[in-house]
Amino acid sequence: MKQNDNTDNSLVREISNEKYKYGFTTDVHTEIIERGLNEDVIRMISAKKGEPEWLLEFRLKAYNYWLTLEMPKWAHLDIPEIDYQNISYYADPTVKKDGPKSLDEIDPQLMSTFDKLGIPLEERLALSGGVAVDAVMDSVSVKTTFKKTLSEKGIIFCSISEAVREHPELVKQYLGSVVNYRDNFYAALNSAVFSDGSFVYIPKGVRCPMELSTYFRINAAGTGQFERTLIVADDDSYVSYLEGCTAPMRDENQLHAAIVEIVVLDRAEVKYSTVQNWYPGDENGKGGVYNFVTKRGHLRGVNSKLSWTQVETGSAITWKYPSCILSGDGSQGEFYSVALTNNYQQADTGTKMIHLGKNTSSTIISKGISAGHSQNSYRGLVKVGKNADGARNYSQCDSLLLGSNCGAHTFPYMDIQNETAVVEHEATTSKISEDQLFYCNQRGIPMEESIGLIVNGYAKEVLNKLPMEFAVEAQRLLAVSLENTIG
Amino acid sequence: MSVSDIYIDLFRNNRQTIDAGIAPVINGCRERALQALSEYGLPNKKLEEYLHFDAEQLFAPDWGMNLGRLKMAVDYTEAFRCNVPNLSTLLYYLAGDTLVQSESAARVQLDNGVLIGSLNSMAKDYPELVEKYYAGIANMERSGIASINTMFAQDGLFVYVPDGVVVEKPVQLVSLLQSKVDMMVNRRILVVLGNGAQLKLLLCDHSIESRNALSVQVVEAYVGSGASFSYYDLEETHTANHRINELFIEQQSDSNVELKTITLHNGKTRNTIFATLAGRGASLNVDGVAITDKQQQVDNYTYIDHKVSDCTSNELYKYVLDQESLGAFAGRVLVRQDAQRTAAHQTNRNICLTRTARMFTQPQLEIYADDVKCSHGATVGQLDEKALFYMQQRGISESEARTLLMLAFVDEVIGNVKLEPLRDRLRRLVEKRFRGELGHCEGCNICK
Amino acid sequence: MLKIENLHASINGKEILKGINLQVNPGEVHAIMGPNGSGKSTMSNVLVGHPSYQVTEGSVTYKGKNLLDMAVEQRSHEGLFLSFQYPVEIPGVSMTNFMRTAINEKRKYLELPPLSPSDFLKLIKAKRDLVKLDSKFMNRSVNEGFSGGEKKRNEIFQMAMLEPSLSILDETDSGLDIDALRIVAEGVNKLKTPETSVIVITHYQRLLDYIKPDIVHVLYSGRIIKTAGPELALELEERGYDWLIKEFEDSQK
Repeated sequence: MKQNDNTDNSLVREISNEKYKYGFTTDVHTEIIERGLNEDVIRMISAKKGEPEWLLEFRLKAYNYWLTLEMPKWAHLDIPEIDYQNISYYADPTVKKDGPKSLDEIDPQLMSTFDKLGIPLEERLALSGGVAVDAVMDSVSVKTTFKKTLSEKGIIFCSISEAVREHPELVKQYLGSVVNYRDNFYAALNSAVFSDGSFVYIPKGVRCPMELSTYFRINAAGTGQFERTLIVADDDSYVSYLEGCTAPMRDENQLHAAIVEIVVLDRAEVKYSTVQNWYPGDENGKGGVYNFVTKRGHLRGVNSKLSWTQVETGSAITWKYPSCILSGDGSQGEFYSVALTNNYQQADTGTKMIHLGKNTSSTIISKGISAGHSQNSYRGLVKVGKNADGARNYSQCDSLLLGSNCGAHTFPYMDIQNETAVVEHEATTSKISEDQLFYCNQRGIPMEESIGLIVNGYAKEVLNKLPMEFAVEAQRLLAVSLENTIG
Repeated sequence: MSVSDIYIDLFRNNRQTIDAGIAPVINGCRERALQALSEYGLPNKKLEEYLHFDAEQLFAPDWGMNLGRLKMAVDYTEAFRCNVPNLSTLLYYLAGDTLVQSESAARVQLDNGVLIGSLNSMAKDYPELVEKYYAGIANMERSGIASINTMFAQDGLFVYVPDGVVVEKPVQLVSLLQSKVDMMVNRRILVVLGNGAQLKLLLCDHSIESRNALSVQVVEAYVGSGASFSYYDLEETHTANHRINELFIEQQSDSNVELKTITLHNGKTRNTIFATLAGRGASLNVDGVAITDKQQQVDNYTYIDHKVSDCTSNELYKYVLDQESLGAFAGRVLVRQDAQRTAAHQTNRNICLTRTARMFTQPQLEIYADDVKCSHGATVGQLDEKALFYMQQRGISESEARTLLMLAFVDEVIGNVKLEPLRDRLRRLVEKRFRGELGHCEGCNICK
Repeated sequence: MLKIENLHASINGKEILKGINLQVNPGEVHAIMGPNGSGKSTMSNVLVGHPSYQVTEGSVTYKGKNLLDMAVEQRSHEGLFLSFQYPVEIPGVSMTNFMRTAINEKRKYLELPPLSPSDFLKLIKAKRDLVKLDSKFMNRSVNEGFSGGEKKRNEIFQMAMLEPSLSILDETDSGLDIDALRIVAEGVNKLKTPETSVIVITHYQRLLDYIKPDIVHVLYSGRIIKTAGPELALELEERGYDWLIKEFEDSQK
């Protein structure tokens, strides 16, 4: 244990002078379509991906519905007007300038980009323990590793575009079955224009032997990213899935509106971890990614389990509520979150636990940290339906305030319609303990590092839920993101 | 035509009747209220604060309103005895919005400049005093209820306690609804406590006839520096009685306020509290109990605004919901950037006894200052099965054990009532309520 | 007084008691010993009618009546008392209110008028002294904030108040220091009459130094595998349970 703590320490120290280190751009030939959104653009995206007719229809339906909607205003966020006609909805960095692209050849520029991000795309360089990666840049999946190893077990892990081509029946069965295109404004937009994201299918009784991960990178200017991920865990299967994301430093705001759908069948278990590090904007709040995401899992099977873990440090604005619909009897949902906002970042994040089956349970642990001029809100719903006998929920959401110009807010909603439910919610808000800081200082640890240490300790309960490699990365990020929090 | 338009029309067409005989101070605020209502309308479910209570819908029926102020025939002494044993109070009645002094209160000589009386007559006799506060604490920009109430307000109660004066006896105001037709009553209460003043105010809502009724009441309270104010609000009507009560309170430095809202019997009820901690060192306790069954509905909404540093607020609401009743609680605590060293704690605990009962709870913290200690907790659950079994093993029947546990559950609030005779009476009322013996208001010999 | 025949009981479909036979006569003190998980607490819970346990087979006759047909509170009114291993805390319900309700419900069952407040207070005072329970406990919520020893003394105090004919003491010695143990045991002994019986469930001999059993049973795997005089307890203290279990298992082969 002790040794671990020392490692944490040196890590914190090592990076305490680091800025956003993923802010570079890759100079690669990228085919970007004209800015703007209309039916023709959607047809063009669909054609580029060689999609079947049913999917184009799905997109057009979503688009026409989206036209009738307005941006949601209920979140505790100050979102500037977004001009949806001034965004390019498709950017492909894999298209060769000359001639048709070969499937196996990848532009060395792209390879080195992902190397630089710490995501090796060559299998022999993979992180210890083995992590299969689907690397997505802008609108297109660049490469998916370990596909062959996985397919031997019957596991499908590929980009969603490929899944549409290779496994249309699975995609057709599950796409939009958890997040309907009518779900909300951003879900409708995503359903109309989504580009790549990952598709995972774990067959009956299979435990996925390695972590699966998708790395999302925004590179091209003036574009938005609209990833779509679909994970299906069949009966008695298990998978741990990781997601990471970064973007270049730009003065413009870029839009990222994703949908993640997860279907968990009988006794299956899915762990979904996110380290979200989109460019947060500069210290004056200029630039940064708008991260408007709909993530939801449907626990259809008996005794199925879904665990969301998220570490949110990036993005100028975050609007995201990874949720669980607990319809299988005995199903369990979990949500562990650390959301850190600094400078002028805004986050409104949390979860929804919808209890429908019998003897379902859910746990929510949320740790918010606000610094600088940022606003950080937890928003969560726990709903127990009429027939959800024996439902249990425990929620705890804590907020930590660093500095006097930031805000920390909690908005839990509870809607209980069954008399056998036991639902508990606790929340606290406080500032960082001066005693703890003083103690660290007295032991010779400078202020900024002390804060980093204490914040990491505060977030430990959640960080512990992350797979090893991600936990280290997440700790690093927390420390970096806390820079300049003291005057 | 929207519901608020109907009332705006009614207002315009009857302006002369409404104004007749009413103090200029009250008449002078109507235009401002009209503008606010025209702009914001009546609150409905589209508003976050009214997610579970459609106030607009409650206003929609064609309620009779006694704008011409016809005298109601109510025989107070005969009709009603709402006494708290061992508690001597200054007792007043409101029939509709008309204040009537009890004989006992009439015999008491108010001294040291204390004023207790009809809002309308006080506004005529002391226009400067009333004008300083009237419609000044209620914020019509944020409340369509305050707007409509101010538009139609004609009378109610005014209490003024000058600097340093302590009113020993609690002031008790019993609101009676007695009408042969379906009726809406619009009342207004204004309480002003000078620096260091002390007052206990007990409001009892009762109804004498089982006609449909809607009572709309706005209470404004100004609590000066170092003043101390206790406010107990007991609602004990019946299922055809709906009520919308809005309390606006502003506290100056080092003042102490205790607010308790207890709903024992009702139809649909919405209680809103907007509390502003405007002076340093102010402390506020807000508690509530709601016991519901049938298709009763109780919605408590509180908004506590910590504007300045070193203030404390504590909040505890408890609900016991039976049959098909509906409970909602939303409590927002706002801690502004200057409100350092704020301590704000909020708790909401609920017991659902059936699966047709439904509870919504929504505690909310909005915090912009860093040196704070804030927390909130909310639970929905059932009676402790282990405790039930333990009691049964000791020979206590299951139903008796349940009653004891429910009493214990709400006693966390009732037991905190500082006024001992009132506390005892409330305990008795709550117990009768749980035992199903409180089908109507206690002590009233009109109800069968 | 109590006759248990071939009693089988289970919880969540898992059988815990697998055929208990036991007879307790008026005036007798029985000790039931046995290793963890042998079913001791299940037996006491089944006797007082805990709703989580299902009796699947067998019968229990108490004072000539079918005990298993009675509701939990009726068993209590008939004089069956369980001193709980872990007495539950009941916030907000004062000891006084709790005891008064319990006493008067019993009196109602026996068709007696309720006790007057002054008689009730006298009774409390008399019984309190028996277990040296401070008067301030009466104003506190049931078991809330009581120490382990106070909870157990409170159990015996309630036993004194309710004057049961058959008391089951479930691990009453656990968590007690030696002084508290003596107070509790003395209380039990003082309450003992030739007409009343006690079942003491315990792990250890030490409580039996104070409450002398007439008969000692060893419970294992849901069955009584040995019944003997008080000397058995001493032997178990010395040699443990293993030899008995082995003996039993050999006999089953």
